[in-house]
Amino acid sequence: MKTLAQRVPELTPGLLPTLGRSIWPFLAGFGFAYLMQVGIAPAVGEFYGSLLVNIGIAIVLAVSLNIVNGFAGQFSIGHAGFMLVGGNAAAAIVYYGSIKLWGSPEIHGGFLGPGELLLVAGCVAGGLWAAFAGLIVGLPSLRLRGDYLAIVTLGFGEIMRVLVTQTGPQLRGKDAAEASWFTLMTKLNGNLGFSNPQGAYLDPQNPFWVWVFVSILLIVAYRLKSSTHGRALLAVRENEVAAEAMGVPTTRAKVSAFVLAAFFAGIGGALFAHELGSTLKPDPSTLGFQKSFDIVIMVVIGGMGSITGAVLAAVILTVMPELFREFDQYRMIVYALALIFMMILRPQGLMGLRELWDTSWWRRIFRRGGAS
Amino acid sequence: MSRLVDVFLHALTQGSLYALIALGYTLVYGILRFINFAHSDVVMVGAWVSYTLAGVFGWAATGSPAIAMPVVLILTMGICAVLGFTIERLAYRPLRRAPRLNVLITAIGVSLFLEHAGRLDAVFGPDPVSMPKLLSEEPLFHIAGVAVPIVDATVVFLAIALLLLLEWLVYRTKLGAAMRAVSFDERTASLMGINVDRVVSITFLIGSALAAAGGMFYGLKYGQLDVTAGSVWVLLGLKAFVAAVVGGIGNIRGAVAGAFLIAFVENFMATYASPAFQDAYVFAILIIVLLVKPGGLFGSVTREKV
Amino acid sequence: MNLCAWRTSKLVMTMALALVATTACNSKRNSSGGGGSDPTPGSGTGAGPAATGPILIGHFASMSGAEATFGQSTDNGVRLAMEERNAAIDAGKLKGRKIEVKTLDDQGKTQEAGTAVNRLINEDHVVAILGEVASGLSLAGGAVAQHYSVPMISPSSTNPQVTQVGDMIFRVCFLDEFQGKVMAKFAKDELKATKVAILFDQSQPYSQGLADFFEKPFTEAGGTIVTRQAYNSSNPDVSAQLSSVKEAAPDLVVLPGYYTQAANIARQARKLDITVPFLGGDGWDSSKLEEIGGDAVQGSYYSNHYSPEEQSPVVQEFVKKYQAKYNQLPDGLAALGYDAANLLFQAIDKSPSLSGKDLAATIAASKDFVGVTGAITIDPNRDASKSAVVVQVDHGKRTPIKRYPADLK
Repeated sequence: MKTLAQRVPELTPGLLPTLGRSIWPFLAGFGFAYLMQVGIAPAVGEFYGSLLVNIGIAIVLAVSLNIVNGFAGQFSIGHAGFMLVGGNAAAAIVYYGSIKLWGSPEIHGGFLGPGELLLVAGCVAGGLWAAFAGLIVGLPSLRLRGDYLAIVTLGFGEIMRVLVTQTGPQLRGKDAAEASWFTLMTKLNGNLGFSNPQGAYLDPQNPFWVWVFVSILLIVAYRLKSSTHGRALLAVRENEVAAEAMGVPTTRAKVSAFVLAAFFAGIGGALFAHELGSTLKPDPSTLGFQKSFDIVIMVVIGGMGSITGAVLAAVILTVMPELFREFDQYRMIVYALALIFMMILRPQGLMGLRELWDTSWWRRIFRRGGAS
Repeated sequence: MSRLVDVFLHALTQGSLYALIALGYTLVYGILRFINFAHSDVVMVGAWVSYTLAGVFGWAATGSPAIAMPVVLILTMGICAVLGFTIERLAYRPLRRAPRLNVLITAIGVSLFLEHAGRLDAVFGPDPVSMPKLLSEEPLFHIAGVAVPIVDATVVFLAIALLLLLEWLVYRTKLGAAMRAVSFDERTASLMGINVDRVVSITFLIGSALAAAGGMFYGLKYGQLDVTAGSVWVLLGLKAFVAAVVGGIGNIRGAVAGAFLIAFVENFMATYASPAFQDAYVFAILIIVLLVKPGGLFGSVTREKV
Repeated sequence: MNLCAWRTSKLVMTMALALVATTACNSKRNSSGGGGSDPTPGSGTGAGPAATGPILIGHFASMSGAEATFGQSTDNGVRLAMEERNAAIDAGKLKGRKIEVKTLDDQGKTQEAGTAVNRLINEDHVVAILGEVASGLSLAGGAVAQHYSVPMISPSSTNPQVTQVGDMIFRVCFLDEFQGKVMAKFAKDELKATKVAILFDQSQPYSQGLADFFEKPFTEAGGTIVTRQAYNSSNPDVSAQLSSVKEAAPDLVVLPGYYTQAANIARQARKLDITVPFLGGDGWDSSKLEEIGGDAVQGSYYSNHYSPEEQSPVVQEFVKKYQAKYNQLPDGLAALGYDAANLLFQAIDKSPSLSGKDLAATIAASKDFVGVTGAITIDPNRDASKSAVVVQVDHGKRTPIKRYPADLK
């Protein structure tokens, strides 16, 4: 009779089968992104294409914040701060990198061209840089409870914003090519906000990378939710003291959730930076606390902890302002009232804790094996 | 020397304004444990209501009588108290048992509503205006060669009077005892026969009245009101909120101390270091204080019991 | 629990239905309105605009949000120009097609500005875009207009970066660099100032830029900047900065910010016994300046695009019409909106076709266009080369003191 410990290695599947099983969702995600690029985007046209890009970025931001706010129950309202950090890093890498590599910041290569590879590198670097910022903020402040954490994240976001406003104007052409990277990183165009005047990689007809990152995030979030780490987070959310008593390393769980969310917020910022017609203007509504609130609203309206809820809310809250655009000054009043009524009439958000496939109508339609 | 005195006096006036506003945050947090993000908008409404009232009474022009300022102040405080009461009744009370994040989102909704409804032509209008001079800007007296205008002196004096009144109310009256009891433990308090709903309503009345006073004094001191959706109000509220947290949120004396600390650091750093980072200093103090003393300067960290 | 689930399902279904319905509505509107297929990027909107009926022009502006007055003033000017033209066509005085302006709100947010311009171009199939006031928003909207090769004229963004976006982006106002030069020259020659203090708004790129552009020519001409202080428009307390200014004892204070802050600073400065004159830029231009600043701003100077007091017939006629329609004095933004719209209308009439390329080429060739804000010539950088006027604030009036030509050295 073998002990359990001895049987574990036998029962653990080998590397290849594991890899094979983990890779297919990612392949499906890439396939979906490719479909968006070659099928959906040309079909819906330029305006709805740009709306789709906006939706994709909103999904990245809402689902990533959901990891901290929804899964771990930690209240962060500095998400736009991480967006700002990641977005500026990515924008600077792509813009100045293009100048250093090719002599001009024009769009290099079409779909999957060398410029787009630089874009992906920039996005990942922006994400890592934001994750690092998340670690710096998260380590000490996650010892604080609830609302205090919220306030510190808010403060962090605002300090980042003030620092970016103090940076020098964006360099062009020869100046940029000759400057060192250290100097370039302090030339983020101050108050005007960084933008590439030569075009945008993520225009409405080229949304591929947006959907790649959306897919990756959704898979990561879904897997996280049902994994040991995710359950630890949910336990922290429900009752931190009880979770600690059960042996959950609460601080580590919280910090890792925070860093993961910051990473994807940085990627969201990086995608935002390369969207057609957006600039990284460090003002409260673009990348300050008002933006952070917008993302929190998405998470709460979708239902704290529900991934599909966050996606749904991101879609609705991106489309809705567009429908009301012609109301001019009444637009925000309608939005504010809708928000209040929503919270009073449906405090658990659209989906509550559940996912789309937990709802009864989904089951009725898809009749999933008579479960429950 | 005169510069030092000058900065000191400014910090004192600004600190009193922050304190008036911070108390609203701290009172509500102490009792309901949620951050009332619509509070800064009550400040804004207070300022605009006082502007409108001065116009209605015909005191907007020069030469307003001495009676103008107290009348406008009391009416403004009354109107805003009713506003705060209504907000709590309609928007927050239905969510008393809901998660706190919901109440927070509702507060953001209320805040957006007040800001954008306020800028309609039928309400306050879309333009910044100048506040009528209900108080003279003549110097009352001089300290080390620095003139102290009547406005500043009155603002500081009235703010301190209101703070003392609140202190008396909370620590010396039966109502105050009820408020403290609800803040300590809502359920036990209601078991002891305290009408929690009433206490919460009164808290909002008081907090909003103080905010209205803060808003009006703000208008008098700077002579100018930003548009209702302007970032001036949000930032003012945010700084007052930071003051409440630095002092230990839920603690009345802490909020006042925090307000003066913020005002002094902000003003002295802006004068003697660089004014470019004026807002960053405030948030830097916040983070430093919270890291050193997680409950704020005067707050206590409550241990969670199982 | 079951009940709850049932409610969710109903809610979600309703939302989905609503979404489908609105999308359906939108696409229906497209097919009837534009009749065009989706234009591919770079090829312009040739398929979009109809060949008869009114020509559609897009205007994106901050109609809500904190900067709403800017958008509304500009929109008033644009609409006055449109109505004038359409009335002239109705009366048979003018040949050509009527114009219709569609205004979309961007709330003063950059992302919204981009989306609004995209919607104007691809949903409404406008032939050209007007907007924005704030340079940051013009940059965002300009990137989209450039991408789809639709010409865009900014009425009042003075930051140099705006027209650097591409060959489709124009402006009808002068640049901050020119304005800074004008202010420096005025300070040096007319006010005989040698020691100057600058207070600029660090949260506004406009203010920061103008401060730099003033400083350079002024110090080159032998003046000294005794102190340079930053403030933040969201923080009205500038006592710390003013006490530094007082210590430096300048003989002129330059306030390159917007009128609300400038008026506020002027008031606080007078309280602190700073008695020297103030000099500002076109951000001062508002009837609210005196309302907020009171006596403190009387006698101050600022450089501007035009003065309603100027006696030229173009200005007087515009002021009269504007007052008749809106019952208020037009500010500089309204005048620039009016000029931008008229310059665009003229180009539409002259252009061989309404394609973005032709239209942009015609706008670029505009020369000596007589506008309310002076003669406008579009230079090779697509900026307007035009004159500026320095006015003095005098109890509700703006007395023109000196006009500086476009080729100021």
